[in-house]
Amino acid sequence: MERTTQFGRKQQFTRRQLIRRTLAIGVALSSGTSLLAACGGGAQPTPTPAPQAAETPAPAAAEDKLEIFSWWTNPGEADGLAALFEIFKQRKPGVEIINATVAGGAGTNAKAVLVTRMQGGNPPDSFQVHAGQELIGTWVVAGKMEPINDLFEQEGWTKVMPKTLLDQISYKGEFFSVPVNIHRSNMLWYNKKVFADNGLEPPKTLDDFFAVAEKLKAAGVTPLSVGGKDKFEVPHLFEDLLLAVFGPADYTKLFSEPSMWESDPRVDEAIEVLDRFLSFANEDRSALSWADAAQRVIDGTAAMTIMGDWAYGYFINKGAKAGEVFGWAPSPGTDGMFMWLSDSFGLPKGAPHRNNAIEWLKVCGSREGQDAFNPKKGSIPARTDPDRSVYDEYLLYSIDRFAQDALAPSVVHGAAANEAYMTEYGNALNVFSASRDKKQVKSMLIEAARELKT
Amino acid sequence: MAGKVAEEIRPRVARREAATRVRFPRVDRFIPFVVLAPSVAAILVFVYGFILWSTVVSLSRWQGIVPDLTFVGFRNYATIFTSYRFQSDLRNTIVFTVFFLIGSLVIGLLLAVLLDARVRGESFFRTVYLFPMAISFVVTGTAWQWLFVPGTPQEPTGLNLLFQKLGLPIFIAWSTTSEVWPNGGWQPEWLRVPLGIPLAMLPVIIAAIWQMSGFTMAMYLAALRGIPDELREAARVDGASEWQVFRYITFPLLQPVTLAAVIVLGHISLKIFDLIMTQTGGGPGFATDVPGIFMYETTFKSNKYAEGAAIALVMLVMVSVLIVPYLIWRLRTETER
Repeated sequence: MERTTQFGRKQQFTRRQLIRRTLAIGVALSSGTSLLAACGGGAQPTPTPAPQAAETPAPAAAEDKLEIFSWWTNPGEADGLAALFEIFKQRKPGVEIINATVAGGAGTNAKAVLVTRMQGGNPPDSFQVHAGQELIGTWVVAGKMEPINDLFEQEGWTKVMPKTLLDQISYKGEFFSVPVNIHRSNMLWYNKKVFADNGLEPPKTLDDFFAVAEKLKAAGVTPLSVGGKDKFEVPHLFEDLLLAVFGPADYTKLFSEPSMWESDPRVDEAIEVLDRFLSFANEDRSALSWADAAQRVIDGTAAMTIMGDWAYGYFINKGAKAGEVFGWAPSPGTDGMFMWLSDSFGLPKGAPHRNNAIEWLKVCGSREGQDAFNPKKGSIPARTDPDRSVYDEYLLYSIDRFAQDALAPSVVHGAAANEAYMTEYGNALNVFSASRDKKQVKSMLIEAARELKT
Repeated sequence: MAGKVAEEIRPRVARREAATRVRFPRVDRFIPFVVLAPSVAAILVFVYGFILWSTVVSLSRWQGIVPDLTFVGFRNYATIFTSYRFQSDLRNTIVFTVFFLIGSLVIGLLLAVLLDARVRGESFFRTVYLFPMAISFVVTGTAWQWLFVPGTPQEPTGLNLLFQKLGLPIFIAWSTTSEVWPNGGWQPEWLRVPLGIPLAMLPVIIAAIWQMSGFTMAMYLAALRGIPDELREAARVDGASEWQVFRYITFPLLQPVTLAAVIVLGHISLKIFDLIMTQTGGGPGFATDVPGIFMYETTFKSNKYAEGAAIALVMLVMVSVLIVPYLIWRLRTETER
């Protein structure tokens, strides 16, 4: 009915009116489109990749570009990356380097962009990836990476990198990425003056920690400063406590034998220890980032924080003197153990400028490259033969420990387990940080362990 | 006479119309479709096509970066609905939506009524109240996060510092607790989270109301100005008090605007992401987490595409529950007209 009358009426329109009317409807509908799109926005899957796809793989002869993908945008790390670029430019003059960085701590945003690009068949020439399960579980098993065994043989890297590390970048006997650096997760940072004023020594064991913490609490100082805003801080603290309770061998087993989470009573012990640690920590942790928490240590309002050694770079940047304002020790109960994480670069299949990418990997693995990059980044080289003269006091300490200590991979930073597990594990501990419900965190950790099988 | 003239004119008009029709017969019918086709095609592909695609993905076991579309039924839905985080998300979304809607509507109406009294400098106040809406949720979230960082009772920060300077014995630490009000909440056997109002949600709700109540004010103000004075005058003549005029004349006439505001604010709050991401990041312990953040992290941090799609579809259904009845209602009233 409606329709016929409309058609009937339409005959009275002049042509111009008709066009005007249809245009109006068109405009109304297309604006409706955006509204509907907004309503359905939640349901849209992965956004389509940035239209860089036009950049088709150039033939080998005309390789004049190199695109490197990373999340190194902060002062120290960006400088380190630039130093690597500098060396590459000396070796291959005339090649234009495209520095494709995506900002965001621990690479969360960068990883989302990278996945989209890789799925869209538009890989960068080389990209930053944490050595370990983040590399193997995500990219290698999916068949997206090219093995680089020849490169390892040719450059002799198998002789200068520790076996534990090499195991983490290989799959079925083949190597898939070049580690550039090593960070240490299990570090305790403390305020020298606060410790001296209270006549304390940095705690070596877990029991030492509780004794020290009691005294500091009595003296009116927050014993332990913990963050939580970036959601990795409490999970980070727990991995260091797990290492203390389990020791490096059994700690590593936790991620290859998921049933341990349910059967091993030491899991409850570790949760108990974490609960006691948190009882000595600041209550407002969910509002602080790890850096805010670290700041309290150099300000002297808190005595200790347990954080990876990127905290060292933070302290130095803030003008605090190493060994004067703050000191360091392995996190309680982990003396002689080195919880590591490593950034590495790999060769994606279908890299548009493959020859340049290989040259880039050579720079990354070279002694020259690592010694240029790491002092700026505040990490130690993945190679065991660095030029010691370019590293400062803490990094030299760390280099020595790395050579001697028992190595264990970090779970929070992508070395020990896949990303699905990392997220579930993190969820469990962030809930615990707020609720302090030991039964709940245990059941959530057991649930998370299901992700380890896949 | 007049009839005769009309008799003469009518065939002439008809002839002219016929001529027009002969000249552009096809084009007339064709143009609407040509003009509409691009937008229809775009909607079909980019909205409904992707909804369909998400549905397919949500029923698959795609995990990791290689697509795996093996059908697994509703397993992903079962996984998310039994997870602590998603149950917490649903509770938070409902709490947030209810308080945000009520808060924005009440404060917006209040401001509109005050401004409608034709106070001096009305346009200035209107701009002042409307302005927060021009700010991105990201800015709002960051600023309010700073305000609600509690510090310690000895060394308060943010709002607590303000309270201390004003000599008020108030110390709020909402943003650092996962406590649920009242009494830790009510938790039935089959749920993993206590039901109630998470205290950490309050700063987020306050920030959202701060930002959006100017918008409802503008809508209400326009509606108030649209109510003919005669109606109110008539009521006054009949002896109605000012309150009665508002309650029985003005208020009912604001109903359509209220509904429109509920739809607009409701779909914002059900899909809220940026505000909460910047203000709390979903913490502490998921006390302020919402499905949008969960979906983002599941998909892009854990690479669990199937579960991410399932969360997205649950969100779509939630928004549909709000929007579809409204669309049906609108369609019906339009047909009646």
